[in-house]
Amino acid sequence: MKKASILMILGPLFLLGLYFLPLWNIMLGAPQYPEPLGMNIHIDGIRGVSEFDIQNIDGLNHYIGMRTLPKDEEMWEFSAFPLIVGGMIALGVLTGLLGFFRKVSYKWFFGWLLLMSLLGVLGMYDFNAWMVDYGTNLDPNAIMKLTNPDGSPMSYKPPLLGHVKMLNFDVTSMPAAGAWLMFVGMTLILIAGYFGWKASKTEPVLKATEA
Amino acid sequence: MKKIKYSTLALLGLALVFASCNDAGKSSNGALSSSAAEKVYVAPGEQDEYYAFLSGGYSGNLTVYGLPSGRMFKEIPVFSQFPTSGYGYSEETKPMLNTSFGFVPWDDLHHPDISQTNGELDGRWVFVNGNNTPRIARVSLSTFETEEIIEVPNSAGNHSSSFITENTEYVVAGTRFSVPVPQRDMPINEYKGNFKGALSFISVAPEDGRMNLEFQVLMPGFNYDLSHPGRGKSHGWFFFSTYNTEEANSLLEVMASQNDKDFIAAVNWQKIEEYVKNGGGTKMPAEYAHNVYDEESHTGISTMKKEVITVDPTKVPGSIYFLPTPKSPHGCDVNPTGEYIIGSGKLSADITVHSFDKMLAAIEGEKFDGEAYGIPILNFEEVLAGTVKSGGLGPLHTEFDGKGNAYTTFFISSEVVKWNVGTWEVIDRKPTYYSVGHLMIPGGNSRKPFGKYVVAMNKITKDRYLPTGPEMEHSAQIYDISGDKMELLYDFPTHGEPHYAAGCPAELLKPNSKKIYRLDENKHEYATLGPTDARVERQGNEVHIYMSTIRSHFTPDNIEGIKVGDKVYFHITNQEQDFDVPHGFSIIGQNTSEILVMPGQTKTSVWEPKKVGVWPFYCTDFCSALHQEMQGYVRVSPTNSNIELSWSVGE
Repeated sequence: MKKASILMILGPLFLLGLYFLPLWNIMLGAPQYPEPLGMNIHIDGIRGVSEFDIQNIDGLNHYIGMRTLPKDEEMWEFSAFPLIVGGMIALGVLTGLLGFFRKVSYKWFFGWLLLMSLLGVLGMYDFNAWMVDYGTNLDPNAIMKLTNPDGSPMSYKPPLLGHVKMLNFDVTSMPAAGAWLMFVGMTLILIAGYFGWKASKTEPVLKATEA
Repeated sequence: MKKIKYSTLALLGLALVFASCNDAGKSSNGALSSSAAEKVYVAPGEQDEYYAFLSGGYSGNLTVYGLPSGRMFKEIPVFSQFPTSGYGYSEETKPMLNTSFGFVPWDDLHHPDISQTNGELDGRWVFVNGNNTPRIARVSLSTFETEEIIEVPNSAGNHSSSFITENTEYVVAGTRFSVPVPQRDMPINEYKGNFKGALSFISVAPEDGRMNLEFQVLMPGFNYDLSHPGRGKSHGWFFFSTYNTEEANSLLEVMASQNDKDFIAAVNWQKIEEYVKNGGGTKMPAEYAHNVYDEESHTGISTMKKEVITVDPTKVPGSIYFLPTPKSPHGCDVNPTGEYIIGSGKLSADITVHSFDKMLAAIEGEKFDGEAYGIPILNFEEVLAGTVKSGGLGPLHTEFDGKGNAYTTFFISSEVVKWNVGTWEVIDRKPTYYSVGHLMIPGGNSRKPFGKYVVAMNKITKDRYLPTGPEMEHSAQIYDISGDKMELLYDFPTHGEPHYAAGCPAELLKPNSKKIYRLDENKHEYATLGPTDARVERQGNEVHIYMSTIRSHFTPDNIEGIKVGDKVYFHITNQEQDFDVPHGFSIIGQNTSEILVMPGQTKTSVWEPKKVGVWPFYCTDFCSALHQEMQGYVRVSPTNSNIELSWSVGE
């Protein structure tokens, strides 16, 4: 259980990466953009991959009537997410410490993981909903009003994950370094839970005292 | 007698042309030419190995090429107005062409030289000279724009110029035509003994490249044709070729070709620099313009300087010696080690090579053959290292491959000759098409040449390309010099008349080339740093329009209240911060050129409306799918009208 608890303490610390590394990355390449434009989505806002990318993406988007990309203060998520992530780190480390001092069982580790996954899915859902709104809720006076072959207005929603071809742009959306670190952290906690579960079987004596 | 001489020359030339034809015939077979094609082929999407900066001669501008492809990338306006970008037409760049003679919108640009550190190319700037109204310009190699132009007083025909010392301490400018110094009203035929040849030493500030004319050496009234710096052990010296040591003032083609030997002047500039630092020299009233373009204010400012320090070389003993050199030498080139000074007697068949070590020994041993105007003439045999018996005629200019070989152009016999530095033996020769002037090996005028290609720049084109009437662009050839024998790879037309060139590896410049100007660093007096800042202001009959551009509209694009007789300044600021998205501006009846405004930049065009009406303006650079919509109107009312000044966009 000691080993499991140490992993449980370490795991959440990987989420600290989210404070300085992007969670998600969307790249937009086109024939006339041999160096693609890109945006990094951080928990506290959207940043350009290169310095002027946001301005240039907005410049292109105005042709099809998309709103400009939200500033940090324009979305509640960008102030809430840092607090939620911080809370989860604190909760995780606390759970690990309590595990280390035999105050809680491995089940709490799985509990943290479940909560984190739930929040993650909610976050993704929210992110996707924003992209749907951003990509379809267009200015009716847009310069270019394009339609699909069936006559419906074309949507410019970037993919949540993977690649789509959007007019002249190849759009690729992938988790970025911050998310990968988070996945590593969550995997550690999964392992922590497993070790905790194994320890609970092979060390029944300890288990008794633990209770 | 003269006639006989010329026909002999012509015959000799003819014979060599025939010889050349035979050579060319032998080497042209299918397999060879296909491998030559591969060597110059830069596949779509790939880039060249070298930058080449070719002077434009009478175009007044500098052209940028890629090697080995021979593709032209840019024409950099320097001494000439350039309607393509508005250089010399926009309010910001007009001061760059200011001189003590007023606005001079043209010059004859000859000799690009890339800045060096420790004798190696450092790729910060390229210096060029204006030959006609003597000027030296500095071109930035991060923006590829002209940043500074300094006029050279007491000079005329600024030809032995814009060559730099090996740490870019000085850019040197020598006069081709000697003139009265100071200028005065005097009979032309009193030239001899009275005219002077000024050699100017212009310092270059290491941090920002700013130039300052430190001193001028007033030499005897010869013609100072070309020059090159000492390097390595000969650092601290500068060598100038001379002709017309006869000091003729008329029919120079005959009168200045009488002396069997003219001179290469060896100038110990470090000695003169010290003399000046210790208070030596004479302050002389002068008038010359110094024009500086600031990258952040995007504006050039011209100031007039009033004084120059001149040095009488006889007052600084040991600072200057003459090296006798046969037959009106043109090229005066120094090999990468700094030991050999190559004089190309342009009316000779041979190349004369002087030794720097022997020169020092001859000075030490006082091996003099008299003097000229108090300057010692060294004994020819004492300084001679060797003679290249070339078999060609009319050597002009030599560069080096860094592997112990030299390559010399021969104008009259129209060929490039490769020879060994040390044994003076000719290794190879290849014809050029036709009458080659100068040649260029990237870094060939430095301690570290990149001896892979040589480019020959020709004076005569004739049948090389599809005919375009009597006037044609000049031809250039590129040769592979990586092997023992030179191989002709490719032939391409150049722009203007390239007299000289400088080249460097692409990697030296590529990473530093700017993509945009930062809007947040724009300090232009009339910048519009955002569309909300756009406005129109009237001061008497001057109207200043602060206009912003972004794909694809002007702000404002409707302006009313302008009157006939107004002087309207369109100050256009390009809001884009994206690579290669310029916007242009032109308006009907504009008496200047359009202006092309780079991202983050501000440029100003003046318009003086002469007719009542509603007049359109538009973007001249195809900036986006809606470029055709990028337009606006100015309403011009009669002079006495009461229409209020107003402006709008999207209303």
